Amino acid sequence: MDLIGQATSLLEYAAQVEDKGRSADDLAFLRFENQYFNTQLVEQKNGDFAVTIVRQWIFDTFRLPFYEALQHSADKQLAAIAEKSLKETKYHWKHSSEWIIRMGDGTEESNKRVTDALNLLWKFSDELFYMDDVDKELISQGVAIDLETLRPAFNERIQYVLQQATLQLPDSKWKLNGGRLGRHTEHFGHLLAEMQYMQRAYPNMEW
Amino acid sequence: MVNETTIWNYLEEVPDPEVPVLSVIDLGIVRAVKVISEKEVEVTITPTYSGCPAMNYIEKNIRELLTEKGFEKITFHTVLSPAWTTDWMSEAGKEKLLAYGIAPPVNEVDKLILFGDAPVVRCPQCGSENTKMLSQFGSTACKALYQCNDCLEPFDYFKCLR
Repeated sequence: MDLIGQATSLLEYAAQVEDKGRSADDLAFLRFENQYFNTQLVEQKNGDFAVTIVRQWIFDTFRLPFYEALQHSADKQLAAIAEKSLKETKYHWKHSSEWIIRMGDGTEESNKRVTDALNLLWKFSDELFYMDDVDKELISQGVAIDLETLRPAFNERIQYVLQQATLQLPDSKWKLNGGRLGRHTEHFGHLLAEMQYMQRAYPNMEW
Repeated sequence: MVNETTIWNYLEEVPDPEVPVLSVIDLGIVRAVKVISEKEVEVTITPTYSGCPAMNYIEKNIRELLTEKGFEKITFHTVLSPAWTTDWMSEAGKEKLLAYGIAPPVNEVDKLILFGDAPVVRCPQCGSENTKMLSQFGSTACKALYQCNDCLEPFDYFKCLR
């Protein structure tokens, strides 16, 4: 629910900055798959609880230093969204981290599941740090964050929790990206089909 | 002549949809009001949590009440900064919560400490401090579920947010 709230804040502001008469709902419900620039990590599907929690944990661990830094953005509204979101992200991170530790340092079965989930998802983590030319322009204006500067804090928290959880990162150096360029994994189409169903079937409906 | 104090008093009548014993004023959701004319008013509100599903209802309820009081143009501004904190909950609000059976926010526990001690929360039924947290999330995301070890009653605790 907090994540929907944070997305709403960002999309409302995006719609306002774009100033083309589109609303936050238009941006959420009426774009095509290749017009979404989310990382592939966040579109990976639910199912196995360990997979859901590992995905959430990697994303939470990224959002902590990200919002901490964005609070100081030269853009007042982005700074306000970051200040609000950071408070929530702290307990998200606590929640997901504690689950990682419980599962990793739990039973043989829970350890196996969370290890499998890490092997499945870790390759998507590098894309969180992807920056393009627009990002670089905004960084030079003090609006956006140079994501490379967040890596030490991110890595430190990842290592701290994994150590408590008696887990290790996968050996593989394989990295996946493309989401930030509009290329998505199989799950995203299914997710959008469900999310956009009402607006596609009943255009402009509200409740 | 209607002034800002009148509006603040009116808004005491608007309950929070999730915790109806509290008004939007008790919660600290209304940050400012401005009377433009006899028929026009501006209200500045802030969400408790980004995704709080009650915000739309709160806006609607405020609009209905002020319309009833004779205002024709009601404009809302939503501000995110400074971010809402349970410190803004009024003392009267905390007493109302307790009487309603929800333990009010007590103290801050650093959320970045994993498996840190849960705060000591007094049971709203029997007053015992011998209670335990059952779940970080209760009937709503802003509350945790506790149980009293003495009278055995489960109860909601309105979490501290700073």
